[in-house]
Amino acid sequence: MTGVGLALPGALGHPFFLHAVLAGAAIAAASGMIGYFLVLRAQVFTGDALGHAAFTGALAALADGVDLRLGLFAATVVIALLLGALGRSGRADDIAIGSVFAWITGLGAFFLTMYATSGGADNAGAGVRVLFGSIFGLSAKQAVTAAVVAAAVCGAVLAVFRPLLFASVDPAVAAARGVPVRVLGFVFLALVGVTAGEATQAVGSLLLLGLLAAPAGTAQRLTDNPARAFVLSAVLAVADMWGGLAASYALPSMPPSFAVVALATALYAAAFAVGPYRRRTAASRAG
Amino acid sequence: MVCVDDAAVRVGGRPLWSHVRLDIAAGEFAAVLGPNGAGKSTLIKAILGLVPTTAGSIRVLGERPGRLADRVGYLPQRRSFDADLRIRGLDIVRMGWDGDRWGLPRPGAGRAARERIAEVVDLVGASAYAHRPVGQCSGGEQQRLLIAQALVRRPELLLLDEPLDSLDLPNQAAVAALVGRICRTQGVAVVMVAHDANPILAHLDKVIYLAEGGAVAGPPREVITSETLTRLYGTPIEVLRAGDGRLVVVGQPEPPAAHTDRHASSRTEGNRRAVR
Repeated sequence: MTGVGLALPGALGHPFFLHAVLAGAAIAAASGMIGYFLVLRAQVFTGDALGHAAFTGALAALADGVDLRLGLFAATVVIALLLGALGRSGRADDIAIGSVFAWITGLGAFFLTMYATSGGADNAGAGVRVLFGSIFGLSAKQAVTAAVVAAAVCGAVLAVFRPLLFASVDPAVAAARGVPVRVLGFVFLALVGVTAGEATQAVGSLLLLGLLAAPAGTAQRLTDNPARAFVLSAVLAVADMWGGLAASYALPSMPPSFAVVALATALYAAAFAVGPYRRRTAASRAG
Repeated sequence: MVCVDDAAVRVGGRPLWSHVRLDIAAGEFAAVLGPNGAGKSTLIKAILGLVPTTAGSIRVLGERPGRLADRVGYLPQRRSFDADLRIRGLDIVRMGWDGDRWGLPRPGAGRAARERIAEVVDLVGASAYAHRPVGQCSGGEQQRLLIAQALVRRPELLLLDEPLDSLDLPNQAAVAALVGRICRTQGVAVVMVAHDANPILAHLDKVIYLAEGGAVAGPPREVITSETLTRLYGTPIEVLRAGDGRLVVVGQPEPPAAHTDRHASSRTEGNRRAVR
């Protein structure tokens, strides 16, 4: 770790690394915040389905000759809302997700073949870039756009934090108190869609679940206080992101998406060991 | 507090109940009784303003229902929280305080919230376990925390929909005593839907018995009698008083079959059952 730390000041002198650090932090913070609610609402599977949507959307855009991000965000947001509409009361259910899932991935394979056969070797690599991310490949403009979008997601989640928490935990009382539970469910899914599109640019569509679920799961193991768990989830996601980028810079053979997700998973595993999971046996607490 | 005047409600085109008259003053404890499907929960929802009346009127705190939602506490019929839910009881109570507000809390707002939450958690006797994840609390503990959630904004009216359901007998008695105490000491008017009147009988000021086409309201001793219930249901009904003061209603009719029956097993009990 000392070697990694010493390498950092020099690393930030490289524009590609600086872009990755800035965009990565914003993307990770948004993923951590959204991930907290995904875990709380037991909707992690939605994030997984959106990874597949992200893959297909990005490749459809490339095959169509438009900006990859256009297809990416359109696909993730539309599919997120579709999942909500198929499920009850703004919560996507497993069967709906499972059915949409396979169909979307098949479409992705179709667009990949179409794009790869239409160009040279660079086109053929597009599939891998979308699946595993290319955070060191972000231009200054792309990094700023990604950071601004991620910051907007963070702002939106903070604005709805209390009603969304209420609606997630206790929908009946929240509705009686005037919280628009169903509308809020769709707003949340749209934000999940945008976040999935963002995370795809950082760690790839196949690994975005690591950034959405692992920091949030770790935070919920470590504290029972929802406000603290929410903040901790965002902080852990940023730490995972920066730690992963640093490790990947120090060891060029290690792809950044692997390093980020590996670190997130390692911390989640560690939380199992140290976390105060004071679970009492169900039998002794029943009644 | 609540004034129901000759009100009626239709659900799906069918009249559910009509000619309901009920007056509840501050500090009074009223129970809504009747067979399954008689529309007990719907009466609560009408008082909340979630279900419109088709005749007569309902006034809540002098206004039409739903206007003063801030001054009404509500505990819906529910199941328990998921055992894995990583949220403390304190946070559940906090949601009743400011869970419906948008944006971030104002700086300094946390202290007033924490003080009021500690106060109300103490009032319901939940201080020992309010810091634990709510999913790990027992049914009775969860019910106390939820009553605290409904009380935290100092409502003048508390609407409780079957809060004793799914509790064991000692917990039913304890929660009933708690609600009775809150009613007296805090001057809160309480309307409680009950499956069985016996656990709350000692605390009650009023009962309203709902039946298809009518309702009777008044002090328990006047309403839960053979004559009144026979007149209300149009079929012979006998009210027996057991040695310990518990009431048993014999011959109470079941509701029309069109309603879904949550307590399907109770149908098989025949027509001998406790007061409901």
